[in-house]
Amino acid sequence: MKFEIEYKTIQNVAGPLVVVGKVRNAQYNEIVKIKLHDGEERLGQVLDTSSTQAVVQVFGPTNGINVSTTSVSFLGETFTTGVSESMLGRVFDGQGRPRDMSAGVSYEERRDINGAPINPVSRQYPSDFIETGISAIDGLDTLVRGQKLPIFSSSGLPHNQLAAQITRQASVKGTSESFAVVFAGIGITYDDYRYFFDEFKKTGALRNTAAFINLADDPSIERIITPRLALTTAEFLAYEKGMHVLVIMTDMTNYAESLRELSSAREEVPGRRGYPGYMYTDLASLYERAGLVKGKPGSITQLDIVTMPSDDVTHPIPDLTGYITEGQINISRDLVNKGMYPGIQPLGSLSRLMNNGIGPGKTREDHKGVSDQLYGLYAKAQEAKSLSAIVGAEALSDSDKKYLKFGEDFENRFLTQGLYERRTIDETLDIGWDLLSEVPEAELTRVKREYISKYYKKKAEE
Amino acid sequence: MGYIERISGPLVVADDMLGSNMYDVVKVGNDGLVGEIIQLRGPKAVIQVYEETTGIRPGEKVESTGLPLSVELAPGLLNNIYDGIQRPLEELRRKSGAFIGRGISANSIDRNKKWKLFIEKGVKNGDHVKEGHIIGYVQETELIKHYIMIPVGVEGKLSGLKEGTYRVEDRIATVDKGGKKFEITMLQKRSVRKPQSFRQKFRSDEPLTTGMRIIDGLFPVAKGGTAAIPGPFGAGKTVASHSIAKYADSDIVVMIGCGERGNEMTEVLVEFPELKDPKSGRPLTERTVLIANTSNMPVAAREASIYTGVTIAEYFRDMGYNVTLLADSTSRWAEAMREISARLEEMPGEEGYPAYLPKRLAEYYERSGKVEALSGRTGSITLVGAVSPPGGDLSEPVSQGTLRVVKTFWSLDASLANARHFPSINWLTSYSLYINDLKPWYDKNLGEEFAENRAETMRILQKEAELKDIVQLVGAEALPDTERITLEIGRMIREDFLRQSAFDEVDAYTSLKKQAFMVASILHFRKQANAAVKAGVPLDSIMKLKVREDISRMKEEKESEVDKARHRIAAEIDSQFNSLVREYREAEGK
Repeated sequence: MKFEIEYKTIQNVAGPLVVVGKVRNAQYNEIVKIKLHDGEERLGQVLDTSSTQAVVQVFGPTNGINVSTTSVSFLGETFTTGVSESMLGRVFDGQGRPRDMSAGVSYEERRDINGAPINPVSRQYPSDFIETGISAIDGLDTLVRGQKLPIFSSSGLPHNQLAAQITRQASVKGTSESFAVVFAGIGITYDDYRYFFDEFKKTGALRNTAAFINLADDPSIERIITPRLALTTAEFLAYEKGMHVLVIMTDMTNYAESLRELSSAREEVPGRRGYPGYMYTDLASLYERAGLVKGKPGSITQLDIVTMPSDDVTHPIPDLTGYITEGQINISRDLVNKGMYPGIQPLGSLSRLMNNGIGPGKTREDHKGVSDQLYGLYAKAQEAKSLSAIVGAEALSDSDKKYLKFGEDFENRFLTQGLYERRTIDETLDIGWDLLSEVPEAELTRVKREYISKYYKKKAEE
Repeated sequence: MGYIERISGPLVVADDMLGSNMYDVVKVGNDGLVGEIIQLRGPKAVIQVYEETTGIRPGEKVESTGLPLSVELAPGLLNNIYDGIQRPLEELRRKSGAFIGRGISANSIDRNKKWKLFIEKGVKNGDHVKEGHIIGYVQETELIKHYIMIPVGVEGKLSGLKEGTYRVEDRIATVDKGGKKFEITMLQKRSVRKPQSFRQKFRSDEPLTTGMRIIDGLFPVAKGGTAAIPGPFGAGKTVASHSIAKYADSDIVVMIGCGERGNEMTEVLVEFPELKDPKSGRPLTERTVLIANTSNMPVAAREASIYTGVTIAEYFRDMGYNVTLLADSTSRWAEAMREISARLEEMPGEEGYPAYLPKRLAEYYERSGKVEALSGRTGSITLVGAVSPPGGDLSEPVSQGTLRVVKTFWSLDASLANARHFPSINWLTSYSLYINDLKPWYDKNLGEEFAENRAETMRILQKEAELKDIVQLVGAEALPDTERITLEIGRMIREDFLRQSAFDEVDAYTSLKKQAFMVASILHFRKQANAAVKAGVPLDSIMKLKVREDISRMKEEKESEVDKARHRIAAEIDSQFNSLVREYREAEGK
């Protein structure tokens, strides 16, 4: 049996941090157990250690901690979690304890929740097209298996519906394999949690889902570990069990705010808007856990929801996220206010891995050209729109009027679709050609000539 | 030998370290994690650790190697991929699997591989040799002869040099100075934080061609020059850097993935072996060294990766090669500095960055240049740094510190990227200060027309932007025909010349010759259009000319067809305008 020393030498408690004195040689990042005098136990982690003291961050509230009666023991290991296939179909709390009423979980092994960086030479470059059935994504900003593609949204916008729709519909073209889902709810409201839970239940996805839920009123420091538990579980399922895992993390903004809270409790020099200078590195340690590994059959695809404070894409949270992830899906308030669902604004969206996942044999030969051309024309439509706001629609040139009309049709027919509408990639591209056929052939300079002659729909002779 | 006193993230304080030097490399803890001393306080040393520090505890031992952070330089560098402190990633994979473990050491250069050594012409035993002298070479790849140089600080009489097959640690010669003997091997070590000396620096007078039209045509960088690509996320920094790495007419390319995405390095690893160097037709990997310290790899090694890269670049420059070094992204390097600085509790400068940030940036970019190396050969290092300003706002310290020292600025523009206009380098805000230095080269190699057309193109783009402002207020209809032609020509330059797809086989690389043809054709169209308008031809009929589509598809012309296309399009423009004017005159006459 392991011998544990219980220290009763707490010196300071401030925010989520506890300083324990007279500790000899605690490990960096070691896990500690904090025992209150009424027997309640909480977990913590060593953030700074020296030969005389250790600074511990507590995963949970610090109320009830008492300088003279609370005891702290160092467990001699870093934060690990049990993982197993039987976690699918279960709901856990933000620290990985079963939240549902069913019996305990049997774990196959224990793993360090921080994982280890994937060696760049061991990565497999993602190239399998995921058909989400949503035109704005499949057609313009294609999702690829193993990609990390966040949804940039804001309060009041339908990001939850979109994430649920993608989860419901996503499949790799030409296979019937479905995704296992690992869901990390980080500081979300009970309503949001309930929404996802009911959606997954309705479609039967719940059986294939492991959920880690830290609710808005759960301890905020716990949010630092919730996504890491989810990703550790996902890595086990993907690389040991060969599953294709879709990880949904919502809301990354809450995560970043907990990081800031912790940083200010440690009295660190703040970076932009009070967020710690290492936030880029910290976020990367989560996002970079998506991917494919050579020689292993599974994959991890990440769909992370980031709500942008006051719709501001330059805010540090979406900004740093965008620098790490492989693109972003941007939900626009303007489009949603016009009553459009899902309201994805292509002009702020991007998929960096798209080019590798589309084309002959994957989607269709004309995909790249159609996508570029739609982008080009929609950008012109936006210019025409801002021009008409100044000089009035009457004063526009004929070609500008044509672009304006194209823009409206594009928003109504291509960008808008139903919550339960699933379009195949062929349907999406055909709608694209319907729209492109409104424009004179000679203007389609971003599409190869051969595809124009194959797909362009000549107007019936007038 | 000392012991750990305190651990905080990547920073470790060790006690009992008297006798160690600043910037010595140390082995930390029972796992022997690699670190570097960055501060000395009496017997205590502050160490930045290049690996994850989780799990180590105070009391564990700390051992100094007595050597500064160095890279190993020898045949075997090319075609390799390293982490920030030059550990070969393939070797790490063999030792710890798909995920990078801790405390793994591996030689940067394969010790067992044998190389065939040739003696350099004119070198013979008995010669007096000095630091930097070339004594022999190894044909490392088909493209690159790897020259063997006398290491730093060695001088004397050469003896025992013999052609043959050697491992990198085998003795190939001896240098004797007054009885003091130095053994020469093909392997040498250089400290990364100290720039390598050279005889003299020259003015950079030759362009680095990249095959990217907006760079070569409008904002060129010289061989030995410096350039920065700042831009918000999604504006195409990575695609632009990769394009330069692929097509730059350099002998050697060193690419540093500094705190960026893992998949970007994977993309290079997948793509480069398939791609051919446009000049020699050999796989690109034969001239490339990759350094990958991705965003989730330890932050201190990210700080070192930039120095590792530039030291390798200097080594090849000393052999007389033109080297291009791409660092994506220097902002992540600066952030790594900031993180270490914060943990040292240094007084922060702007936005939490250390006060010495501008100095470090300037020192780094000063390691570029076209020089006469100690070997007597002329080589160059062109430094291209991507910058990732938060929110795309260039007023932040890293962008500002960079712009003060670099001479070419490729300004990435999110609104262009959103409209899928790539490369999304803004033609109004970018600049190159090499234009005048390069003019003699252009005049000599491409004719005086090239520089004139460049200046003309810039004037048209500037004018177009002014006119567009007016159009925003009064509509295009209100402009006179000549100005509407300028608008149309501006559009042609932007869409038919500057816009370029990095993913299209033909379009991805454009030679200077083809670029000259494209610009000349557009300007020829302009001349004819202006003449036609003057003759009274209505603008609408000019806008309907079929040759406009030919111009828009010039980028699809193969390099081998350029001469034919030039004549065809010029003839097409002339004949279509001629018949237009004729038709108009006939209609007038009636």
